[in-house]
Amino acid sequence: MKIPIAAALAALCAALGALPGAAFAAEREACEVPGYLLFGNNELKHVSEAVQKDKRLTVAVVGTGSSLLAGPDGPRSAYPARLEAALKRRLPSVDVKVVSLARSRMTAEDLARGMEKVLADEKPDLVIWQTGTLDAIRRIDPDAFRAALEEGVETLHRGGADVILMNMQYSPRTEIMVSPGPYADTMRVVAQQHEIPLFDRLAIMRHWSDTGAFDLYAAGKDNVLAQRVHDCIGRGIASMIIDAAHLRSVDTKAGQ
Amino acid sequence: MHAPVVTTGRDLRLDLFRGIALWLIFLDHIPSNLVAWGTIRNYGFSDATEIFVFVSGYTAAFVYGKEMRERGFFISSAHILRRAWQIYVAHVFLFAIYLAEISYVATSFENPLYAEEMNILDFLKQPDVTIVEALLLKFKPANMDVLPLYIILLLLFPPILWLLRYRSALALGASVLLYVLTWVFNWNLPSYPSGHWYFNPFAWQLLFVFGAWCALGGAQRLSTVLQSRVTLAIAVAYLLFAFVITLTWYLPGVGQYVPHWLEELIYPIDKVNLDVLRFAHFLALAVVTVWFVPRDWPALKSRWAWPPIVCGQHSLEIFCLGIFLSFAAHFAMVEVSGAVWMQFLVSGLGIVIMVGVAALLTWYKRAEERSAGSRRKKGPDADLAGGEA
Repeated sequence: MKIPIAAALAALCAALGALPGAAFAAEREACEVPGYLLFGNNELKHVSEAVQKDKRLTVAVVGTGSSLLAGPDGPRSAYPARLEAALKRRLPSVDVKVVSLARSRMTAEDLARGMEKVLADEKPDLVIWQTGTLDAIRRIDPDAFRAALEEGVETLHRGGADVILMNMQYSPRTEIMVSPGPYADTMRVVAQQHEIPLFDRLAIMRHWSDTGAFDLYAAGKDNVLAQRVHDCIGRGIASMIIDAAHLRSVDTKAGQ
Repeated sequence: MHAPVVTTGRDLRLDLFRGIALWLIFLDHIPSNLVAWGTIRNYGFSDATEIFVFVSGYTAAFVYGKEMRERGFFISSAHILRRAWQIYVAHVFLFAIYLAEISYVATSFENPLYAEEMNILDFLKQPDVTIVEALLLKFKPANMDVLPLYIILLLLFPPILWLLRYRSALALGASVLLYVLTWVFNWNLPSYPSGHWYFNPFAWQLLFVFGAWCALGGAQRLSTVLQSRVTLAIAVAYLLFAFVITLTWYLPGVGQYVPHWLEELIYPIDKVNLDVLRFAHFLALAVVTVWFVPRDWPALKSRWAWPPIVCGQHSLEIFCLGIFLSFAAHFAMVEVSGAVWMQFLVSGLGIVIMVGVAALLTWYKRAEERSAGSRRKKGPDADLAGGEA
């Protein structure tokens, strides 16, 4: 009984995913991110080197459940894949590869422990480290959380990779039960002290909610909202990378 | 509605600031609330919790100290412990409300975008463990940390109060020592499922005991210091410094002007263990407040000061009500609208309800006293006393 329904759903999702860019193009204006949330002073030196010298860029996304989307179409519509698409579009002369290493139910400490392996397996120029959600839910000790972040970031730097930290999603419905604030603050401090960019997903999604770009209060099994948000996040990170690695010139040159 | 406030030698400033602290705690507990931008935590290191704990220590010592003098150690200790029990019951009641809200969310909310956030519901899968841990005060949901702290502080209060009355300097010294040792050895109570208490009682007791010490003559001993212009200048300078640092958290781009060595020095500003910067910020606020708001300030008796004062005089009830209202406000924002007008509406409405209930409690207490007054000699005023300690 279940198989035909699942197949129908899969077909529907595939159809949605295959829709021409028109639907997303309209969104593009809607999910604009103000510059101050994306652009800072911290640079991605390895990324600019890899792109300018070798014309290639390997990005690894290390994260948890909010870097994944469920369903047959999930891997293609989650933000790591959307980031890859955005980077390929904007850096056509560069060989871009984005690997998603997200696994659900991991704390910052769990993820930090796996960083050596990430370096060895993927040899990334850049690691996007999304974390903090489970730590906030379990109310992990703030000092332990901070120590885990520092350990992970330092491991990656020693291994010659740039790092972008990404904090939690803005989730208005669960906000009263989880307070992400202190964990987001810790991530900001760690990013500041290690001079790495922070993709402030919390503030960015909050901005989208405030401006009405997305109704993040909505409930329902519908995948469309999740896919659009992930697409916007992917494009936001692409802009951040291009800015922080000073790749604008490459971008324009490629466009010529 | 403007009932005359109780004035039995009680410092109305305490009620005023505790009332304001209760409002601010309520506003801060509503997530995504624009109105909360006006609360003091966004303008310096300390927040309403410090005010609440300090004033609670002050009033506890004021009331039970008097009772200990008049009726002895055992009777007053029994009253303090009864108070701790009442707060425990209130905490469990709030936990039940929290369970109701979270269970509702669990069944009504399904959004693939937030699959990960739904992990908060994990604890519903093993209620046998979670509820017992909650009753043991080890499992404490977000925003429900203040009352457990208060319970521990009151449980330990009888001997501290005794010592404060006979050797006040020794008691304060012991409190400071415990605070320092806590920082050195990382003492804290364990939490479930992991970690430690969000308000470490071994650290936060400093503020409570300091408040008690001030109530039992410490404030007079400090009066020369408090009246000095130098103290005021230092306090104002420190408040400005804290304000500028806080600005760098919210204004992008300003952060780069904070020198690296200063960041190394001050961060992280630890709320769990009552960071010394937070404690100092509270002291500076208190110095400035005492300077500009004298005890006999006429405005304290005005109709404008009445709403916060009446809330401050029923702090336990209004505190619990505030937590409940913040749940309700969040619920309304989720179900109706999270728009800015709604944020202002629920914030304003919440404070009106808090004032209304406090006024009702005052009226009820008076009525009770009137009927009981002829029968027995009045014991320690429940409100001034345990009531509101």
